[in-house]
Amino acid sequence: MKVITTKGVVKIYNPDKIPVKALNGVDLEITEGEFTAIVGPSGSGKTTLLNVIGGLDRPDEGDVEVGGHDIDAMSDNQLIDFRKEHIGFVFQAYNLIPVLTARENVEFVMLLQNRPKKERRERAEELLRAVGLEDKMDKRPSELSGGQQQRVAVARALAPKPDFILADEPTANLDSKSTANLLDIMARLNEEEKITFVFSTHDQRVIDRARRVVTLVDGKVATDEVREGKV
Amino acid sequence: MLFRLAWRNIWRNKRRTAITAASILFAVLFATFMESIQKGAWDHMINSVVNYYYGYVQVHEKGYWDEQTIDKAFPLADSLKQLEEKVPEIRKVLPRIESFALASTGEHTSGVMVVGIDPARENAMTNLQGRISNGKYLEDSEEAALVAEGVAENLGLSVGDTIVLISQGYHGVNAAGKYPIKGTVNFGSPELNKQMVYLTLPVAQYFYGATGLVTSLALQLDEQDDIRPVLRALHTELDTSAYEVMDWKDMLPDLVEAKTVDSAGNVIVYFILYLIIAFGIFGTILMMSKEREYEFGVLISVGMHRWQLGLTVWMEIIMLGLLGAFAGILASIPLVYYFYVNPLRFSGDYAAAMEKFGFEAIFPANFEAHIFLLQALLVFIITAILALYPLVKVRRLKPVEAMRA
Ligand SMILES: Nc1ncnc2c1ncn2[C@@H]1O[C@H](COP(=O)(O)OP(=O)(O)OP(=O)(O)O)[C@@H](O)[C@H]1O
Ligand SMILES: [Mg+2]
Repeated sequence: MKVITTKGVVKIYNPDKIPVKALNGVDLEITEGEFTAIVGPSGSGKTTLLNVIGGLDRPDEGDVEVGGHDIDAMSDNQLIDFRKEHIGFVFQAYNLIPVLTARENVEFVMLLQNRPKKERRERAEELLRAVGLEDKMDKRPSELSGGQQQRVAVARALAPKPDFILADEPTANLDSKSTANLLDIMARLNEEEKITFVFSTHDQRVIDRARRVVTLVDGKVATDEVREGKV
Repeated sequence: MLFRLAWRNIWRNKRRTAITAASILFAVLFATFMESIQKGAWDHMINSVVNYYYGYVQVHEKGYWDEQTIDKAFPLADSLKQLEEKVPEIRKVLPRIESFALASTGEHTSGVMVVGIDPARENAMTNLQGRISNGKYLEDSEEAALVAEGVAENLGLSVGDTIVLISQGYHGVNAAGKYPIKGTVNFGSPELNKQMVYLTLPVAQYFYGATGLVTSLALQLDEQDDIRPVLRALHTELDTSAYEVMDWKDMLPDLVEAKTVDSAGNVIVYFILYLIIAFGIFGTILMMSKEREYEFGVLISVGMHRWQLGLTVWMEIIMLGLLGAFAGILASIPLVYYFYVNPLRFSGDYAAAMEKFGFEAIFPANFEAHIFLLQALLVFIITAILALYPLVKVRRLKPVEAMRA
């Protein structure tokens, strides 16, 4: 089943001054259960594409369909609710709310969804266990390493059972050991739980572990390569 | 949940919290101090003026104040004397009979105001005895006079000499008498110093041919706040078709006017004060919103509604406002109390000028709960309004841009 479909997506920044075509007609389909890396040189439009797919930014042309919903037709408020229910986000850094513990951070989106306390708690603990942080549940972000923080971010992104997870350079600020560790966890969640991941990266070690690699150049898909047997 | 988030955010950056709360605290402290001193100075001034002679409230025969003549004297009925028992806020009733007379020594003549008083009662309110510069104070109903220094000087009289008074008495009778000068009194006010002559009440009544009559009752009260209940009580106790009841504001419109002018001037000062306060608080709010833009972006991205985020930040600032305002009250209490007990004192020319008019140059602070509460509330309201800024900011925030930095 297709979870993401983009057709001819164009995004232009600064249309009045010096226009920048960040995306220049992107056609892309992501199927449930994929583990896809978006790669490409700096400025090629990776972040912009993830933002458009995630409903954080609106395309100037083209269609974006997420889980069968036309994102463009939604109001700002509907989009916020849509993101909350359907999309998990992991950003490059500073993902977490500094004043909440790891467990509370994971519970946060479920809180916004008004899930019952018991369910929140159990799910948060289950997810933190899944990312290997069962002994750090009551630590605040400042007490965790960068890699641990990103694992909490993954757990938080998973909490509301989203259709997929978007991660913009999730390993950019991590050392190689933490990078490998985070990748292991993401790959396992993908294998065992069939979680769909779409992430951007510059890091060859991360690219090597993707099953599908979409390369953007100048806001267009240049290559799209599926590699069986990876991860 | 939003509340818990807000609460924890307050403690997240202790330095920022301390700076914001402290700026609110000092705002409250400063505003409270200013108002307490300003109100205190006026109250003190009014108290001095009022207790100097007039009293907070006076009772006359109807129409007396507009046309001050001895013919409008009225009998000092027992019911009037008993007012101080009937109305608890009235400390003392001071009966007076006042009119103008000519004082002479044969060579010199001078217009004076001759007032018949109950010496003990008069002293209780106006501390007349304390103004004696030579000789002694009057007793009960003795046949003697107390003259202001200026009068004594004009007429070349001193203690032990005799003063001759001539006037028109009640309903046109001839009034004449001579009295030994028992003492001289010093008034700071040149006005009073030039014209006051005191006799005991029965002697003055006899002089004016008005036995048993008085022209006014001055009422001694403890404080301004007692005026209202006293006026209310007098309107039921007295026949208002026969008597007029006036408070100091009716009798001293110039003083009221001066106070109003002063307060109007202060509106500008307060406005500037609040403006400075507002800028200070706004600065910290602005800094905080800027610093947390990225965080706001993340929160909106993961599904927090703008109103939820805005409310959280608003609550944070409101809590800081409450904290600061409360701390401001706590800090103001000892400060204002200190200046309430140890009034500011001026010295030098200014003090000398004031003393000339009979005022001590001291400015005690008013120590009143409502000043603290009102100023704390005002500063809090300013804070609450400024706290709307992050709401605007959050409403307009584009998460993608906020997170690009
Ligand atoms: N808000 C914006 N305003 C103006 N230009 C923008 C904005 N966001 C992105 N761009 C421009 O759009 C182009 C694509 O940017 P984008 O961030 O998507 O690239 P990227 O592939 O994620 O780069 P990187 O690998 O450096 O993260 C770049 O030229 C960038 O400068
Ligand atoms: Mg990028």
